[in-house]
Amino acid sequence: MLQSLNARALLVSLVLLVVTLGLWQLSHESPEVDTEMTEYERLMGGADQEARVPPPSQVIGLAVEELSNPFYDAGPNDKGIGIQLGYSIYRVLTGFGLAALLAIPLGFLIGMSPLMYKALNPFIQILKPISPLAWMPLALFIIKDSETSSIFVIFICSIWPMLINTAFGVAGVRKDWVNVARTHELTPMSTAFQVILPAAAPTILTGMRISIGIAWLVIVAAEMLVGGTGIGYYVWNEWNNLDLTSVIFSILMIGIVGMLLDMALASATRLVQYQE
Amino acid sequence: MTEPHFLEVKHLAKRFGTDHGELTVFDDVSFGLDKGEFVCIIGHSGCGKSTILNVLAGLDSPSGGEVYMAGKEVRGPSLERGVVFQNYSLLPWRSALSNVEFGVRARFPGWSKSQVREHSLQYLHMVGLKDGAEHRKPAALSGGMRQRVSIARAFATQPQLLLLDEPFGALDALTRGTIQDELLKICTETHQTVFMITHDVDEAILLADRILLMTNGPFARVAESVKVSIERPRDRTTIVHDPGYYPIRTHLVDFLVSRSRELSERDDAVRDAGHSREARAQALAPVDVDPAAEARARAAGEAPPEALRTLHSTPAAAPLKAVNGR
Ligand SMILES: Nc1ncnc2c1ncn2[C@@H]1O[C@H](COP(=O)(O)OP(=O)(O)O)[C@@H](O)[C@H]1O
Ligand SMILES: [Mg+2]
Repeated sequence: MLQSLNARALLVSLVLLVVTLGLWQLSHESPEVDTEMTEYERLMGGADQEARVPPPSQVIGLAVEELSNPFYDAGPNDKGIGIQLGYSIYRVLTGFGLAALLAIPLGFLIGMSPLMYKALNPFIQILKPISPLAWMPLALFIIKDSETSSIFVIFICSIWPMLINTAFGVAGVRKDWVNVARTHELTPMSTAFQVILPAAAPTILTGMRISIGIAWLVIVAAEMLVGGTGIGYYVWNEWNNLDLTSVIFSILMIGIVGMLLDMALASATRLVQYQE
Repeated sequence: MTEPHFLEVKHLAKRFGTDHGELTVFDDVSFGLDKGEFVCIIGHSGCGKSTILNVLAGLDSPSGGEVYMAGKEVRGPSLERGVVFQNYSLLPWRSALSNVEFGVRARFPGWSKSQVREHSLQYLHMVGLKDGAEHRKPAALSGGMRQRVSIARAFATQPQLLLLDEPFGALDALTRGTIQDELLKICTETHQTVFMITHDVDEAILLADRILLMTNGPFARVAESVKVSIERPRDRTTIVHDPGYYPIRTHLVDFLVSRSRELSERDDAVRDAGHSREARAQALAPVDVDPAAEARARAAGEAPPEALRTLHSTPAAAPLKAVNGR
């Protein structure tokens, strides 16, 4: 039953893909009817073929070409997609890792101590809704390095979901399990690592999963802002080159990498998941 | 006049501040347990049994009164007091074996891995968990098996006192019966001192040496200590034929049906009467009852034993007569 459900879902997915790509391709090949140019088209120098959204065949062609040699490096404005993605992934993982190192212990503290919860809550409530990019000027001014500044922005945006989920998971550990630790005279350290951490792990990992998703959203914008390297910069650069085929291709790559990051965290969550 | 018991509970009180003012669940609970004794406590829901057990465990602190175990005041949880909760309290991310090992490692930190494993398996086998079930997570075990693991964990840590809070309350009758038998067997072998909450009168008679009866809350107290003078080893199928069985059972049911409430009302009157502290304490102290011996004596046409006669004629306990009288 499930097997056939999966098979049928796959079939529907494939049909949708083929139909969408087909329509896209056909719409591109159909002759141009309207003669009126929009203001935008005039600004872009006329509605010639170059300014139109490229057909999927062209995108696929580029994808094959780019992915067959993803790591070439021919100067600052011409690097392989693999290198650009690598920069972005490196920044995301560094910022995310540093955030985890801070957010998880701090979340533990907040979850365990009602005092710390009340004391830190106002700060969290104010800092949390700030768009991570709003930190960028301040970060650039203080750090004076665009690379580190984008890592800092990732760090800031990754903290909140992990912090809040950790605190929530720790505070929500069933009283019974804490009592098991108490009746067995566990030290506070053993209680934290043997009872509270495993009990809260699924919630903590869910927070990490949300964080990495947000980090991947933010890195593209951050790199567009600071430039230099990374997939965000690449998209913006190709847009400036009016190479829409590359823009569409990199959009797809952003989606695929985001999905892979999410899947990695999802399978980690499954490892620590338990059934009550 | 009497030497202290292994476990001494003295004038225990528990009050909660609520929206409608202070709630006194109980304010003068006193009783004792001897080494190797199996004592059950019965009372209506909400009278404070779990609260008492949690205080004994050291998980909760009383509003007044003290608890001494082996002469030392109980101030916090200890491995000397094992606890089995109604909801098993197993760590769900660990297998059955690993849950028991958790307790054994805490109890014997110096032991090697294989020692811990062997000891844990021995106790799991003792409660009937084998053939791969010991490697399953609690979620993959039935309620009865989970409670077995919980009992194995408690026994494996070899506490001086075992505290059980309605351990079989959530189990079906058949499973309950077999685990009762196992508990009976293990306790006989190990001479474990047990304090157990139950709401099942037959279970209490089968397992206990003594049954404490609590009046209804608020201001609940241990009103009676009922001796279960039925020979051991006991057996679930034959115990009902013991001549002592029905006198005890009737006494307990009688208490639950009417006397628990009537005594609560009498207690209110005693408290309001403004007696001296001693008179009040005497009036509210638990009385020892032995319904089986009483029945035997009545059958033989004798007067009730000395203890019972004095009990029913002391002035402070006079109102008891009206309630207890039959
Ligand atoms: N935290 C609390 N605040 C107020 N009342 C409480 C609290 N905990 C327990 N109680 C009350 O104490 C009484 C005794 O509870 P409990 O010991 O669980 O009873 P039992 O186990 O005999 O059914 C109940 O009436 C309950 O409402
Ligand atoms: Mg209870």
